[in-house]
Amino acid sequence: MRRLLVATLAVASVIAPIVARAETVAIVGGTVEPVSAPRIANGTVLIRDGRIVAVGTDVAIPAGARRIDARGKIVTPGFINAATVLGLVELGGEESTRNANVKDAVSADFRPWDGFFSESAYIASTREDGTTTVGIGPGGGFVSGQTALVELGTGTAHDMLLKGPTGILVDPSGGGFENDADRDETAGAPNTAGNEIADRPASRGDAFGKIRALLDDARFFAAHQAAYDEGRTRQLAASRASLIALGPVVRGQLPLVVAADRVDDIDQTLLLAHDEHVRVIILGGAEAWRIAARIAAAHVPVITGAMNNIPANFSQLNQRQENAGLLRRAGVEVVLVGNAGGGDEDQFNARNVRFEAGNAVAYGMTHADALRAVTLAPATIFGVANQIGSLAPGTLADVVVWSGDPFEFATRAEHVFVKGIEHHEPSRQDLLIERYRHLPPTHAAPPGQSTP
Amino acid sequence: MRIAQAALVAVLTASVLAPAIAAPSAGSPAQSPAPKVTPGPGALSLPLADPYPSTYVPFPSRPTLIRNATLLTAAGPAIAHGSIFMQNGKIVAVGATVSAPPDAVIIDGSGKYVTPGIVDPHSHIGDYAAPDTFSNSDGNEATNPNTADVWAEHSVWPQDPQFPRILAGGVTTIQVLPGSANLIGGRSAILKIVPAQTVQEMKFPGARYGLKMACGENPKRVYRSRGPSTRMGNMAGYRAAWIAAEAYRRRWDAWNATHEGDPPQRDLTLETLAEALRGNINVHMHCYRADEMVQVMDMAKEFGYHVTMFHHAVEAYKIADILAKNGVGATMWADWGGFKQEAMDSVRANIGLVDAAGARAMIHSDDPSGAQRLNQEVAKAMAAANAIGLNVSEAQAVKWMTINPAWALGLDDRIGSLEAGKNADVVLWTGDPFSVYTKAEKTWIDGALLYDRDDPAKNWETDFELGYRTSAVVR
Repeated sequence: MRRLLVATLAVASVIAPIVARAETVAIVGGTVEPVSAPRIANGTVLIRDGRIVAVGTDVAIPAGARRIDARGKIVTPGFINAATVLGLVELGGEESTRNANVKDAVSADFRPWDGFFSESAYIASTREDGTTTVGIGPGGGFVSGQTALVELGTGTAHDMLLKGPTGILVDPSGGGFENDADRDETAGAPNTAGNEIADRPASRGDAFGKIRALLDDARFFAAHQAAYDEGRTRQLAASRASLIALGPVVRGQLPLVVAADRVDDIDQTLLLAHDEHVRVIILGGAEAWRIAARIAAAHVPVITGAMNNIPANFSQLNQRQENAGLLRRAGVEVVLVGNAGGGDEDQFNARNVRFEAGNAVAYGMTHADALRAVTLAPATIFGVANQIGSLAPGTLADVVVWSGDPFEFATRAEHVFVKGIEHHEPSRQDLLIERYRHLPPTHAAPPGQSTP
Repeated sequence: MRIAQAALVAVLTASVLAPAIAAPSAGSPAQSPAPKVTPGPGALSLPLADPYPSTYVPFPSRPTLIRNATLLTAAGPAIAHGSIFMQNGKIVAVGATVSAPPDAVIIDGSGKYVTPGIVDPHSHIGDYAAPDTFSNSDGNEATNPNTADVWAEHSVWPQDPQFPRILAGGVTTIQVLPGSANLIGGRSAILKIVPAQTVQEMKFPGARYGLKMACGENPKRVYRSRGPSTRMGNMAGYRAAWIAAEAYRRRWDAWNATHEGDPPQRDLTLETLAEALRGNINVHMHCYRADEMVQVMDMAKEFGYHVTMFHHAVEAYKIADILAKNGVGATMWADWGGFKQEAMDSVRANIGLVDAAGARAMIHSDDPSGAQRLNQEVAKAMAAANAIGLNVSEAQAVKWMTINPAWALGLDDRIGSLEAGKNADVVLWTGDPFSVYTKAEKTWIDGALLYDRDDPAKNWETDFELGYRTSAVVR
């Protein structure tokens, strides 16, 4: 009987319309990690109208504010996993649910967030584990398309978009020459970039030459658009839409996010950025530790993981788990993402970025730097540090109250706020557990009737 | 095609022979006894044959005492401030106080944990070696829905640089399985994680073979143009194979009992399946969905074999009671899901729920990265179980990566727990193995210290990495 009641309540919580609104909330007594400022013991975080309004030890709490007792807890900004396909790929093996792919080698104009799925099952499961923002980006291609940041709150795709584009993704291998064998065919994790790409680069030199030619043409296009539209210019290296999309890149306003693992590819990317006067972010960066000082001197951020050490191809022979810590120590802005492979961190386990941070600490990064690498660092490199990534007053109230160290497995996110709204919606996984917690499952019992 | 032909032969043979199962041949009983022949050894299909025997020899070991550590024995409650003594490759004593001879190496385990060596029952290391080249892609003989004739050991590359990495993660024994492209994938290899020039040197002495089979999406996707292309086609394919194998088993059991007349034609595909029917090979079945697992358990009853364990078993929590009732185990990920529809109902509490229902529950990696951190995977599963009130202790959770997978490989009398008399496969952890900050510090196999995080110069480096690995920083 009690079992049935619990089940009924769980269902009711799903069916009931979500009435939560941004409220005034004071999170009191916790160990507060603003990230943008030093740790505060026994601090208060005050949330009002969807934003953080005050953080400190002597915050006046307005009458009527809801208080959350955070004594013994850790309070942090919501975590950010900056490189996922959450909302773009629901079930990797089902093409009808995949919206990350492009067909053309150069698709700088591709905006994958136009296909973001706001009803994805992974929004609730990621959010309830304390990750409140994800970066999304295209899969496949050479100049694959645009990246964006999405807040895991409520509403439609348009409502959830925080910023797009945040960059243009370039994969010099175009999914082509890096890996010879397609392991994914039967392992159950079809390559999200499994589509055929026309005209992708045939080799590294080809790729870097094509990138330079493309940027040159983007500058040419910007200077001669009228002539181009009248057909009075030479043929250019990409479609009109791609050349328009590359405009902010050649003006230095939007970074190229360049997938590079081999030390030489990373170095070539630094040279490219210098020669072409464009901003770049390294994605992957398996061997980046070998030229950490150069990367730091060039002020180029690196998006990488902390659980990779397999020489999975000839571009990753010297990848090691110390990579993130060594880069940070050299002064590089490091962003941690889950990319150890195999577990499809791309969407289902975008939530596991907090464990990537814990592993980075195990291999030499400081706890504070690892926390920054999943909060303020991604917000900074994508130009939204004034909105997310810290508990600075004025930023969006994406706040998590953790039962303990957020990087530990036994720790739970006890309160999760996105834009000041606390979310309690059970994930699909929670509902499955509720149904099968006791066998045989309760779904066979008609409503209102107890089972014998 | 081959299955269909074999099945036809099986049906004809069965109708002629029945019920005279013991008849040595299908010939007329009126003939005089056939003369004894001496066929070459390759012509014979013998139960428990071992044509590629293990040549494993334990590495040199020293008597070693670890004291003042927390012991998670997988055989009882945790022992705080405990000691373990190993000598001559075996665990000699485990407890609060343990005596050791004066020549023993003594290791202070203060603040550290000791567990049995981790056993990974689902690996492709060696068959899908790193780097991911054409040459190294040796894990899926995806050329026929039934390749029971292939043996995973014949693809294993001992120079796979993933081997030393999982040893550094505390893994001491793995089962290498053929991939899941086929309905029936072939024989597994049970390996010790030791430096070797040949796979025979890695093979666990006396370990019985496993048979890999696969349900659901993978076979029907790989063979959709030629069949099977549906789940019902999958089931028809297994059943036809079992029918042929049963006829083959009877023919060979009869011939092996008498050695009279010319032996039947040996067939590697049917031989492996016949061994599974005889109970000489453990059946490991890759299945995600609950309903398919129950159908497979019915099929096993139809043909008189036993499924040792379902692999991946993403929906095992939905039928954990049925698994328990049938004595069938489940090996699972902590939290993989969503990469195809049959994986969409993955929940992190899966292992905990299956364990609570009384079925053998355990972790597996299926991945060379995850295999290095099975302790972390168990930690995730334990946290999820405890979040729904299952009250899983560390002493229980450690079984999910040690004694339970040892059971699935039929090796729980030799490995998987810290008990006197067992092989000294032991891991010393820098702290609580279920913390994200903890690493395996030392790994022993049969009492030999084969990995030491504090002595990197002595650690195993494969041939492949020689001349490629560098610690050089470029300014």
